[in-house]
Amino acid sequence: MDLKELIPQKLKENFPDIEFEISDYKEELTIKLDKKRIVEVCKFLKEDPDLQFNYCSDVTAVDWAKRKNRFTVVYNIFSLNNSFRLRLKSDVDESDCAIDSVSSVWGSANWQERETYDMYGIKFNNHPDLRRMYMPEEFEHHPLKKDFPLMGIPGSLPLPKK
Amino acid sequence: MDQLEKEVHPKILQALLDAKTDYTFDDVLENEMILNMGPQHPATHGVLRLLLRLDGEKIVACVPDLGYLHRGYEKMAENMTYYEYIPHTDRLDYISPMANNVAWVLAVEKLAGIEAPKRAQYIRMMIAELARIASHLVAIGSFAMDVGALTIFLWTLREREKILDIWDILCGARFTNSFTRIGGVANDAQPEALEKAKWFIDQFEPNLEECEKLVNANRIFIERVDGVGAVSKSDAIDLGFSGPNLRACGVNFDLRVNAPYLCYNEVDFDVVTYSEGDCLARYFLRLDECRESAKIVKQVLEKMPQGEILANQPKKVLPHKDEVYTKMEELIHDFMIVNFGINPPEGDIYHAIEGSKGELGFYLVSKGEGKPWKCKIRSPSFNNLQVLPKLVVGQMISDVVAIIGSIDPIMGEADK
Repeated sequence: MDLKELIPQKLKENFPDIEFEISDYKEELTIKLDKKRIVEVCKFLKEDPDLQFNYCSDVTAVDWAKRKNRFTVVYNIFSLNNSFRLRLKSDVDESDCAIDSVSSVWGSANWQERETYDMYGIKFNNHPDLRRMYMPEEFEHHPLKKDFPLMGIPGSLPLPKK
Repeated sequence: MDQLEKEVHPKILQALLDAKTDYTFDDVLENEMILNMGPQHPATHGVLRLLLRLDGEKIVACVPDLGYLHRGYEKMAENMTYYEYIPHTDRLDYISPMANNVAWVLAVEKLAGIEAPKRAQYIRMMIAELARIASHLVAIGSFAMDVGALTIFLWTLREREKILDIWDILCGARFTNSFTRIGGVANDAQPEALEKAKWFIDQFEPNLEECEKLVNANRIFIERVDGVGAVSKSDAIDLGFSGPNLRACGVNFDLRVNAPYLCYNEVDFDVVTYSEGDCLARYFLRLDECRESAKIVKQVLEKMPQGEILANQPKKVLPHKDEVYTKMEELIHDFMIVNFGINPPEGDIYHAIEGSKGELGFYLVSKGEGKPWKCKIRSPSFNNLQVLPKLVVGQMISDVVAIIGSIDPIMGEADK
């Protein structure tokens, strides 16, 4: 059976209480779900013998600026055995800017989530080491947010004394 | 300790002290030492900074600190058109800029629904494979240099110089090429460039063997790297190794085969794998991949079809310059594309190629505007570096340089 049909079917069978929004754009399957259940679903996708999504390529977020649920956290995962790429999405609102960490499922999500936190300010609950990835610890802003200006904020980074 | 806290940022220091240390030694020396390695260190390949907690000469914990070369390329991508971003991809993995150009235009073409003509795809394959050879040559040379074998570095760079000469003929630049265009390539490959590529491939095999001979039978070199920095297959997949590093752990995974793009299904080549997963395996694997890439280039040069080099989609693909000066329609399209961009339809895509360091992917979100709403670079070096603490813990301090050299991180790409 084609994985494009198998994955939604398996997810609906195993998680009847979750609403999955499934879309297929340019031959890429995307599944959107509630952020509270993300770890369970990821664990299932990794451990199911038919699916085996054992490789987490990338974790990132999208800032929609004016939308009600401001951020979308995006997981690009890959199944090495089936050579199949899947994208998971989960909305995060600014008022409760946190989502559960999937670093317990895929070790590589550790740094990728740190980078997302650094760039967007989304907190990852139960993350083993949630520090900034690129920016210095003293830096207060999150540069990839749409309200952060391209030229930066003068004075936000302490420069060495002359 | 107080002195240390002043100099190292408390949070980073805390991470180092909190790092899991289930590694124990029989003869524990009394004093533990914290050593700061980099960002200014000749063996860290750029501005990688490592904080090491040492027990005698052995490493108990390691915390990498990235961001010294962070230039905000993802932010910049959101503020420029898809065309304008091509030169910026050169500066990501600056050892193989051509491969980055190819990765970027393939992602944009997928988003905008453009297909490049066959000849352009073959030229792209040729430059991507030559870029892989150039990158691996630097990796092999600098890795051997890090562990003390100096001569091979000069010899592999001599080979790489010949590839840079091909770039020079092809697009007029040696390092920052920006050769690809959305829907094709900047200009047709000149007969001289193709001849030079053919000449290079023919003389490459014996020259590579010559380089190999310098160290392959060298007992000092082999004993220095054999069994150092080994990682198991399952750990490598879990922690996000990709490219040559992953294949050196025994995982038969190559995006050119497992998720084919361009015309890789029309050429014949092998995916090399080693099972040891240590520094020596990574070194041998890169040598073998150079040979496989040479094989691909040879076939590409033989099969190279004639024809157009730019797709015929006037609203999305920049016209030839001579047409812009002489034809009205082309002038209008050129003006619109340069000023307002190519406006791909609303949607998001992820496209990855097998870059020279591993899976190089771009996640693009379009809102139907000329500029991408979001561009995420999935850089292989960043993800490869994540495995570094796992590799170095339990090793000697002098092995750290060998391990960094063997996983071949490029900080321009890791820090974006």
